[in-house]
Amino acid sequence: MSDNGTFTPVIVGFLCNWCSYRAADLAGTSRMGYPATLRDIRIMCTGRLDPTFVLRALQKGADGVLIMGCHPGQCHYQEGNYKAIRRFALLRRTLRQLGIEDERVQLHWASAAEGVQFAQTVARVTEQIRQLGPLDWARNWPNEDPYAVEEAVHE
Amino acid sequence: MSEPRVGVYVCHCGHNIAGTVDVEHVAEWALNLPNVVVSRENKFMCASTGQEQVEQDIKEFDLTHVVVASCSPHMHEKTFRNACARAGLNPYMFEMANIREHASWVHANDKDGATNKAKALVSAAVSRVIFHEPLEPMQVSIRPETLVVGGGIAGIQAALEIADAGYHVYLVEREPSIGGHMAMFDKTFPTLDCSACILTPKMFDVGAHPNITLLTYSEVERVDGYVGNFTVRVRKKAGMVDQDLCTGCGSCWESCPIRIVDNVFEAGLGHRKAIYRPFPQAVPKYPVIDVPNCTYYKSGKCRMCEKVCPTNAIRFDMQDEVVELEVGNIILTTGFKLFDARRVPNYGYGRLENVFTSLEFERLTNAAGPTEGKIVLRDGETPPQSVAIIHCVGSRDRNYNTHCSAICCMSSLKFAHLVMEKTGAQVYNFYIDMRPLHKGYEEFYHRIMDEGAQFIRGKVSEITDAARSPEEDGKLVVVCEDTLIGQQRRVPVDMVILAAGLEPRADAQAVGYMFGVGCGDTGFFTERHPKLDPVATVTEGVFIAGACQGAKDIPDSVAQGAAAAARVLGTISKREVALEPIRATIDEERCSGCRICNNMCPYHAIDFIEEKGVSRVNPALCKGCGTCVAACPSQVITGAHFTFDQLMAEIDGILVDVLSDQPIVEAV
Ligand SMILES: Cc1cc2nc3c(=O)[nH]c(=O)nc-3n(C[C@H](O)[C@H](O)[C@H](O)COP(=O)(O)OP(=O)(O)OC[C@H]3O[C@@H](n4cnc5c(N)ncnc54)[C@H](O)[C@@H]3O)c2cc1C
Ligand code: FES
Repeated sequence: MSDNGTFTPVIVGFLCNWCSYRAADLAGTSRMGYPATLRDIRIMCTGRLDPTFVLRALQKGADGVLIMGCHPGQCHYQEGNYKAIRRFALLRRTLRQLGIEDERVQLHWASAAEGVQFAQTVARVTEQIRQLGPLDWARNWPNEDPYAVEEAVHE
Repeated sequence: MSEPRVGVYVCHCGHNIAGTVDVEHVAEWALNLPNVVVSRENKFMCASTGQEQVEQDIKEFDLTHVVVASCSPHMHEKTFRNACARAGLNPYMFEMANIREHASWVHANDKDGATNKAKALVSAAVSRVIFHEPLEPMQVSIRPETLVVGGGIAGIQAALEIADAGYHVYLVEREPSIGGHMAMFDKTFPTLDCSACILTPKMFDVGAHPNITLLTYSEVERVDGYVGNFTVRVRKKAGMVDQDLCTGCGSCWESCPIRIVDNVFEAGLGHRKAIYRPFPQAVPKYPVIDVPNCTYYKSGKCRMCEKVCPTNAIRFDMQDEVVELEVGNIILTTGFKLFDARRVPNYGYGRLENVFTSLEFERLTNAAGPTEGKIVLRDGETPPQSVAIIHCVGSRDRNYNTHCSAICCMSSLKFAHLVMEKTGAQVYNFYIDMRPLHKGYEEFYHRIMDEGAQFIRGKVSEITDAARSPEEDGKLVVVCEDTLIGQQRRVPVDMVILAAGLEPRADAQAVGYMFGVGCGDTGFFTERHPKLDPVATVTEGVFIAGACQGAKDIPDSVAQGAAAAARVLGTISKREVALEPIRATIDEERCSGCRICNNMCPYHAIDFIEEKGVSRVNPALCKGCGTCVAACPSQVITGAHFTFDQLMAEIDGILVDVLSDQPIVEAV
């Protein structure tokens, strides 16, 4: 985790299949470099993102979570990302109550053509989380059950 | 079920992966992951030897699940699913880890980081795959009828291809005639053949084809159903003319006293009557009454058309008609709209009289247009002695549209030719870059240069009538930095033509929404894959073709129209399609009947079953986005292939401590 004093965060990514996953593919095909901090999971749409997933990731050792989807108005299922925005707002409120900094869990957009933006977003978010240092949920919230937290954010 | 037995295959992809990721190490390390019984590396997994290795191992090691770590699933998921199926394993017992696009290619400067990430992604896949369940693609039957929306050249081509193949087509067009933009042109690049001469026969074929039902002056109001079985509601606007009686003789519009500026077909340059058909070759030949502009509907008087009609075809009390169509496939060919040149105030369109748009010029030079093809200034009589053509207006400009409109270089060259041929005027083309890309286009460019047109490279900053010298007096002055000689230039001309760009239709978003098609950054409809699936969309059974998919010229629109038709004919001849079984299902035993999911679903796929007090998903309508799954407060909706358990396991798996093979948290 610590490498000569510089901390390399572990970030879990949730990427929608149609835009942001393809943006990541495009960043790859175009060989755009970005930090190897993001470990990404494909979901069909950001509308599938259950807030529990984020809490689970933090609890299991992630230092941050990056959710990425299609731009508003461009979701391939028409409005899944609008639902994600609403759920994200609730989730953020819960995370704040736990004292988790806003920068650790972020929601961004990238269209399938935005490989550059994707790479830049990962780099920026990595840097922000690097500044914050490790989250260390296991030590800071030893008794916090993400399922119980999740109850609070569910619609 | 017995213990899961997972096979892991890590691909070198030549140097593409192995040049950065320590493939050997990843494969070896993966052997320690739970349930992995065999883990191998391979030079090229997608080659037949790689696939055969998987098939052989499934049999030999009795594998229950397979993970391939290679490229993007958008590339080869199907390939490996098929390999599994050939060895008798359900194809959905497979998972892919993307260690090329998402690791080796983006972390080339950080080999350790790339290798660690590859390990995490493999671990995630292994952890998830054991929760996979066998799924069967859903087979649905395909109705042989097709709906084509938009009767421009792309829609005409698609409709004719399908109708000629022997299947029925409903062609819905919003305007009183089919033809689209192409019907407005005089000549078409690069061959300069007469637009009407090549378009009219096709329009006639559409009108006369026994397999085509033409619904003009009509719009789609609602779409229900799914691939193979769409129900479409179309509103036929009342044209107030009985088509069974009308012969299209023209007495009515000749006698109609109301003259209206025609902003659609004549681009605002010409007029039409309140009862009109847009142009002489219109298909169908029947006129319609423009109700808001007709005197009879305003004051109850006039009825001139009724008096002169020899067959008594006028019906002032006609009502809109709503028809329901049952179709198996839909092709959207709704075309484009021209960029509004008023948005660039420094070019003076709408303020400076003799600044014209490209579409206005098309009408000006058209023998059937308002000036009978004479290229003249707004006064209607003076031919210009010098003409400036400004390229890229509203295109390739961050202030308006960043996209290239693809046709303006060529249409500007066409204009240059027509101006020189008809008026002998001096022509200046102001361009940023010349992009005559297709077959015969570069040759056309050279031809126009040889004909004497001048080309000035630079973006025009201003068009003004404020003269600074006697020779600029009474002229339009085009101000531009000529980037080839590095000098500011002021070129006085009589007429300016703005080659305005192609934009998505103003209602593209709403129309797309109705058919389940999204719009990309530029606002045009989004194809399923920009390279490999350009006419399909994410909604099965809905295709796109022509300028609604992106700016393009006639040859490309025709090619796409035919391509979409071929896709439709393919599904019709198969009679059935297989749908990805990524669908939501509700556990009715545990559903509380809260109905939160009912309104969540963008496809109206969830019905509330009153008798049982529970909700149910119609699997044929569901597209598997998972929004309802995430929303269900009782967590009783399962999203196949993206289940709660599968995703939770993936999260746990991805948070492996890559230095050991234990979860990060435990490793602390
Ligand atoms: C000034 C100018 C000059 C050009 N010159 C040339 C040339 O010389 N050669 C060349 O190859 N290309 C030329 N082009 C490009 C050419 O116009 C397009 O490639 C072509 O028109 C695209 O055809 P389409 O069928 O996709 O769209 P369109 O021609 O726009 O047709 C779309 C049709 O759909 C209808 N429609 C729209 N929405 C709906 C709806 N919701 N419901 C029902 N109907 C609907 C419209 O009324 C229209 O009839 C030129 C373009 C411009 C602007
Ligand atoms: S599909 Fe990308 S956000 Fe919905």
